[in-house]
Amino acid sequence: MTEPVLKVDNLESYYGPIMAIRGVSLEVRQGQIVTVLGANGAGKTTLLKTVSGVMTPAKGTILLNGEPIHGAEADAVVRKGMVHVPEGREIFPLLSVGENVALGAYVRTDKAQIARDLEMVYSYFPILAERQNQRAGTLSGGQQQMLAIGRGLMAAPKVMLLDEPSLGLSPLLVEEIFTIIRRLNKEQQVTMMLVEQNAKVALDVADYGYVMEIGRIVMADTAPALESSKDVQSFYLGVQEETQRGQRRWKQRKTWR
Amino acid sequence: MDLLQLFISGLANGCVYGLIALGFVLIYKATEAVNFAQGDFMMFGAFITIWLTNTDYLGINFWIAVPVAMLIMGAFGYLLDVAILRKMFGQSQIAVVILTIALGFILRFAAGAIWAHEPQSLESPFAGREVRLGELVLGLEEVAVVFVTILLTFALYLFFNRSKLGIAMQAASQNQLAAYYMGIPVKRIQSLVWALGGVVAAVAGILFASKGAIDPSTGLLGIKAFAAAVIGGFGSLPGALIGGLIIGLVEPFAAYGLPAGYSQIAPYAIMLLVLIFRPAGLFSTTQKKKV
Repeated sequence: MTEPVLKVDNLESYYGPIMAIRGVSLEVRQGQIVTVLGANGAGKTTLLKTVSGVMTPAKGTILLNGEPIHGAEADAVVRKGMVHVPEGREIFPLLSVGENVALGAYVRTDKAQIARDLEMVYSYFPILAERQNQRAGTLSGGQQQMLAIGRGLMAAPKVMLLDEPSLGLSPLLVEEIFTIIRRLNKEQQVTMMLVEQNAKVALDVADYGYVMEIGRIVMADTAPALESSKDVQSFYLGVQEETQRGQRRWKQRKTWR
Repeated sequence: MDLLQLFISGLANGCVYGLIALGFVLIYKATEAVNFAQGDFMMFGAFITIWLTNTDYLGINFWIAVPVAMLIMGAFGYLLDVAILRKMFGQSQIAVVILTIALGFILRFAAGAIWAHEPQSLESPFAGREVRLGELVLGLEEVAVVFVTILLTFALYLFFNRSKLGIAMQAASQNQLAAYYMGIPVKRIQSLVWALGGVVAAVAGILFASKGAIDPSTGLLGIKAFAAAVIGGFGSLPGALIGGLIIGLVEPFAAYGLPAGYSQIAPYAIMLLVLIFRPAGLFSTTQKKKV
């Protein structure tokens, strides 16, 4: 197997006295989509924030292409080739769509390649090309999510961190966004780490998956294996099992505890 | 003719208020701190220029002194952010407010200690000259003030809408976290905005000192400029300029048409009216986040 592009080892991260990430280790390999699943407050977003340098880890290492990036400032991490598409879009509402997209390439100076990437982004998200001169704040939620992803792509990242791209979108739009995510991965070989609550769509696009609970990784397996695992099915995919008495069992024990 | 001359001199005053208000808004938008020392920055910039160029002091050529003074004030703004304001990160807003007010006092008394408390005026190439347009007699310095303000506004407009750094500054002010995610060095950008605030203040000071005398307590007119910024809708650059112009124009006309004393009240009365009827200001550009 190839060396992982992103290797996180024994990461710990705090919000003041509260330990949000309790020793997480994971790997993302070239060309993969790796998903991290978990409920609210499991620490998924904190994990991404720590990896992308917005939060400083208390312990542990993060290697990007073998180079340590833990403790580096966020802008340095972007320069090293990892971009974070944050939860809730976080676009620049008063700038035009075009300016938003262009800002994604802030750290780059290779004009010709930037122009090519711009065309690539607009070919994946034609709606953004159409609305180039419109203020980004006037876009719909789904379009803003596309803008956030497009903006992230403009950094030409080696690894893209996607935080809940399905947040607040209709099922149809989720489908559309994830189709594009899959295409970007297959056609542009964008390596991604995807954090999701919507386990079904995430496992459908992912190659490998981790399940997080209260700051820890509790399961790690290939996406198909996770999808067929009983625990993931009942706790994240909502599959209900009939018991002998024909009722749903409410007290169920997770096998990982 | 009287009215037209009042109009022109009001316009020139308004330009200075507008430029100080612009400094307020620039810094507020980028760092969410209100720099109550902006008026004193203006005064200090003026005194640095006077010190550089007046024959009583160094006597350097005016056209060299001006960019040097702008540079000094820019560096001052930058270092202030790096050395002091960045350390205040995470403190409450009120701490920053008190800090900048104190800074204003320091600048005021430093200027007094260095250059004395008497009013002085800048020996600029425009001082005392006149422009005649038919029967209309205008001071060259007033025309220069309006002209330079238009020029500076245009330059700032181009900077913020065309240059990569300018757009990044806008981005950082609209969504700091996202700017951080995009690899924009937000801290350095904020320091640069403070530098820009210093430069704009220096220009305002030079304009002010070239059309009249300035003394260390002149910085207090920053309060009037603050009212201008509020009228324009704190957070809007064109709004700040227009707010400044409104105040600059209202003052001489209030002095002309109303009993004595009202002209001093007028700017704040307008501010109150704006706050009552359009609390977000005349040109606010706030936007709610969509989820």
